[in-house]
Amino acid sequence: MKLPEPSSDALALVHKLSVTYEPDSGPPVRALDEASLEIQPGELVGILGESGSGKSTLGAALIRLLPSDARYDSGSVRFRGSDLLALSEPELRQIRGAEVALIPQDPALALNPVIKVGDQIAEVLHAHVRMTRRDGRLSVEALLAEVGFDQPRQIYHAYPHQLSGGQRQRVVIAQAMACRPALVIADEPTSKLDASLQAEILSLMRKIGQRHQTAFVLISHDPTVLAGFVDRIAVMYAGRVVEEGRTEDILRRPLHPYTQALVRLIGRYFPVAGTRTRFAAIEGEPPESTHRGVGCPFAPRCAEKMQVCTERDLQETRPQPSHRVSCFKYGN
Amino acid sequence: MATDTSDGKAVAQPVLRVSGLSKTYRRKGAGWQRSEVIVAAQDVAIEIFAGQTLALVGRSGSGKSTVARCVTRLEKPNSGQIWLEGTDIAQLDSRELRSLRPKLQMVFQDAATSMNPRFTAAEVIEEPLLIQKQADKSARRARAKKLMQEVGLSPQWADRSAMEFSGGQKQRLAIARALVLEPKLLVLDEALSGLDLSTEAQIANLLLDLQASHSLTYLLISHDLALVARLAETIAVMAKGKIVEQGPAAQVIANASHSETSALVASARAAQANLAALGVAL
Repeated sequence: MKLPEPSSDALALVHKLSVTYEPDSGPPVRALDEASLEIQPGELVGILGESGSGKSTLGAALIRLLPSDARYDSGSVRFRGSDLLALSEPELRQIRGAEVALIPQDPALALNPVIKVGDQIAEVLHAHVRMTRRDGRLSVEALLAEVGFDQPRQIYHAYPHQLSGGQRQRVVIAQAMACRPALVIADEPTSKLDASLQAEILSLMRKIGQRHQTAFVLISHDPTVLAGFVDRIAVMYAGRVVEEGRTEDILRRPLHPYTQALVRLIGRYFPVAGTRTRFAAIEGEPPESTHRGVGCPFAPRCAEKMQVCTERDLQETRPQPSHRVSCFKYGN
Repeated sequence: MATDTSDGKAVAQPVLRVSGLSKTYRRKGAGWQRSEVIVAAQDVAIEIFAGQTLALVGRSGSGKSTVARCVTRLEKPNSGQIWLEGTDIAQLDSRELRSLRPKLQMVFQDAATSMNPRFTAAEVIEEPLLIQKQADKSARRARAKKLMQEVGLSPQWADRSAMEFSGGQKQRLAIARALVLEPKLLVLDEALSGLDLSTEAQIANLLLDLQASHSLTYLLISHDLALVARLAETIAVMAKGKIVEQGPAAQVIANASHSETSALVASARAAQANLAALGVAL
């Protein structure tokens, strides 16, 4: 398949995308509300937000991989300039796996329990690249070695249940990297792992990404996970990107009160042992459905709420070319 | 609880005292293979005084959950004593345990898996009262609603299906259920794991508040040293079924003497290093 020439140099581009989930039971839930995000080739981007902020939906939407009960209401999704929302399923399948890949949160669910892990990686290769079975096996062994297995041949023949959680996540990373994709979406790839394994898996992903100049979108609720990994962070709340900027700006000088509150949560990594001091917390929960209305969706939980916050329409402002924020504190 | 001594001074007695606790599992060999004995916990000793928190930390497979399962008597230990206030519960049978259950409750990770999916929020909280044949219907409902309030859930949601709640709300529900029998000791097995940082902070604060208002004693099981460090006075580090280091939280972290403790401290500091590299300080 030939893709049309890109309209900009962005690798992936989500523009003012709105998405609604329509489950069989229960009311429809608006998960994305005019969310925009752009990924350049080779770039490492983080999406930060609480559960229910829409970050997983945005990540999956980047490669049009939303579940079947999701409805794309408006906006566009482009990959290398081509409109993903206009492509057919067979056309999409050529892109997925080969050009884009997803590393899910729980590798135990991503792997088939009755197929050798090596064969599961080979399957991805054979779907996109013409090669002999032997070459496929050798490529898989090379991939397994690259993700840090000392004995790739043995691991090839292992079943998922014979591997530890950390080993399974390595297998899933090898699988995602099999066709040298241009973009990998990693959705909370370490949140099910022990603290000691988290750092290991993250640095492995970063190393591999840099070696192959892969663009990564890392989705997390934890600013510290993103701190060591990404160049840029988009902060999500109520289905929108409420702030976006370079990682050091977002973490050192966050503008949006929501981002400020999220960054304060990292205090949990600096405990004063044995003191039983309360944690910095954001009270309340994000709204369940996020239909754009008048005012700021964070206002009910915001410590700096002003009268205007519930009265007027919220616009995005750019205090710096590389920094955007949606908050009445910064002009509107 | 206090015991009078001859000189009239009250000497505190621990709410929980575990000594010499050992638990082995037998893994059946496949086909011709011999079955294998796995020592999950060996000679474990801890004690927790009223209103205090002890954190049992270790990696997955270190045996910390085995200790939790023995203390809550979901498993019977092979040997050792588990003194819950004045009673050794290590070898009690299920009938004898039932009368002691109200003193000892637990909360797990993924609270939802321990709830009947057909139950409403109130029914989830009331279930232990029903099992213990305590209180009549209206009194049970009143207790459930009061507890919902205490754990930060609107009592108006009493009749909502428990499955409709968010992850953090389900954890609050599990805590409310654990409190309904007014226990002395709560065993929290990775009860804060798998939550996002925002929910984790809320639930951690809730546990601190409830500990003060209900004079609760906590046994905290976790792989996350940074998290438990500020919740617990005492930290016990487990590796390969044994406690390898135990002491006041600040001391264990500052002067880690065992390699396992050092590894846990190092991974807790990795996050700090990431932030420091960007010039983020707190």
